[in-house]
Amino acid sequence: MGFWEMFYKNKLTLAGSGIVVLLFVVSILAPVISPYDPGAIDLQNVLAPPSAGHWFGTDQLGRDVMSRMIWGARISLKVGFVATGLAIFIGMILGAVAGFYGGWIDALIMRFVDIMLCFPTFFLILAVIAFLEPSIWNIMIVIGLTGWMGVTRLVRADFISLRERDFVRAARAIGASDARIIFLHILPNALASILVAATLGIAGAILTESALSFLGIGVQPPTPSWGNILTAGKDNIDIAWWLSLYPGLAILITVVGYNLLGEGIRDASDPRLKR
Amino acid sequence: MVPLLLGITVICFFVMHLAPGKPTDLQTQMNPKSSAEMKARLLSMYELDKPISVQYLSWLKKLARGDLGISFSSDHRPVSDKILERLPITIVINFLSLLIIIVVAVPIGVLSAVHQDSLFDKVMSVFVFVGFAVPTFWLALLMMILFGVQWGWLPISGLRSLNYEYLSTWEQMIDLARHLILPVFISAFGGLAGLSRYMRANMLEVIRQDYILTARAKGLSERQVIYKHALRNALLPAITILGLSIPGLIGGSVIFETIFAIPGMGQLFYMSVMARDYPTVMGILLIGAVLTLVGNLIADVSYAVADPRIRIS
Repeated sequence: MGFWEMFYKNKLTLAGSGIVVLLFVVSILAPVISPYDPGAIDLQNVLAPPSAGHWFGTDQLGRDVMSRMIWGARISLKVGFVATGLAIFIGMILGAVAGFYGGWIDALIMRFVDIMLCFPTFFLILAVIAFLEPSIWNIMIVIGLTGWMGVTRLVRADFISLRERDFVRAARAIGASDARIIFLHILPNALASILVAATLGIAGAILTESALSFLGIGVQPPTPSWGNILTAGKDNIDIAWWLSLYPGLAILITVVGYNLLGEGIRDASDPRLKR
Repeated sequence: MVPLLLGITVICFFVMHLAPGKPTDLQTQMNPKSSAEMKARLLSMYELDKPISVQYLSWLKKLARGDLGISFSSDHRPVSDKILERLPITIVINFLSLLIIIVVAVPIGVLSAVHQDSLFDKVMSVFVFVGFAVPTFWLALLMMILFGVQWGWLPISGLRSLNYEYLSTWEQMIDLARHLILPVFISAFGGLAGLSRYMRANMLEVIRQDYILTARAKGLSERQVIYKHALRNALLPAITILGLSIPGLIGGSVIFETIFAIPGMGQLFYMSVMARDYPTVMGILLIGAVLTLVGNLIADVSYAVADPRIRIS
């Protein structure tokens, strides 16, 4: 069975891809489909429960929660992709170099990975944010800079198992440079596991961003993000349950979507599962 | 161990110097009352006027004596004191969470594996999948709304009720326990999914081994095969997973301690980050990493103790 057949056969994977595609569509079409301006304050209509006019209710400034969530989807998407892209880039380079060259370079890089893994990631992110202004760009960079260790280990393992294969020897025999062997010959063979790590990484980055924004050190208001709508939910916990319920559901569904997709890609690309 | 510890201090030191300009600027700029003299005092206090290698070494020397500096907050207390008085609460909650994770996740994982593809297994795998994706702070909010606001069963903030002083010792313990239920549950939740999934996979792997076939072949009851022969072998690698989950637990303490207003190290960390109390932030970052290191060490040692195949040479 080929990759795509395996992929299509699994309904859960399809559901995951459906969620991810839907999120893309919502993000791109945010200006068109959001029923209200996400920043439009309506003090006549503060903390209104869900109704026909405002499906998900309004927040403490009378802004439409559904519109803010639609625009928040953009933030999640952006943070997920940029942060994970950075983590994958760093992890890929370090893992490739460590696995390809071995020896003291490998020892040095892997020791660095061990040290970084000692830090509770959330602590490290908070500490760095404490010194920088909390902005969406800083958040993305910091999440990326603290999330590359797993990818490094993964890519290194792939490189170690691939570097002695015949196709690598052949490439070396015809005089290909190290960079060429690493990027053109070995890396494409490691792409499947990198893709899985990236998909799961996006889910993780979205979770981290929402937690940071919830704590008030992530995406800053008035920019809407799922995490900072939940902050308002906590502030109004005894009167406005809708502020707490819907944005959290959005995060949950999004993360489930990316996780399903990631596991689907893993199963489809794992030769041991092919029959 | 020692190189790791040194590495941790280097990273901490690097993070400290990440801020644009001098780190003390943050303190002096935020404070309109700060004078040039105060700036100079701060600079010499952190030896920021010296080369970076000298700074690192003298910082390390202080660290070796347990001196983490003086907090920037208005109480001007030593950072080590501030952390030490809050550390026990955080450790107790994390320890309780670990306990709950083990007690709940191991049976779930084992039963799912033994009854593979049963209804229980399917329900549990959905639970595990959702458990991985739920933002714990959101779950905490929902729990607070449900148990605290709607039903009024459990307190949602702090560790003690207002009338704590007037309760008998027994009532005080009940009061404390009631305050701890939600935070411990939230803190354990993430790890629960991870470990039960891991236990299931492990158990499935072990059940296929030859020695299980041997045990069955010599006529042992299914109960003995599963709980004596298989479980013991499946439990071993779980120790490592528990060790690996420690940084997540400690990191998570920032979130649940802030939400539930628990006066632990996580809450101190959050408040210090918000107030840019920079020596305290560094101190807690360091302590968090050291705690992780110690946790992993304990996991490694107990693995070696539990598994006769591993001998420390």
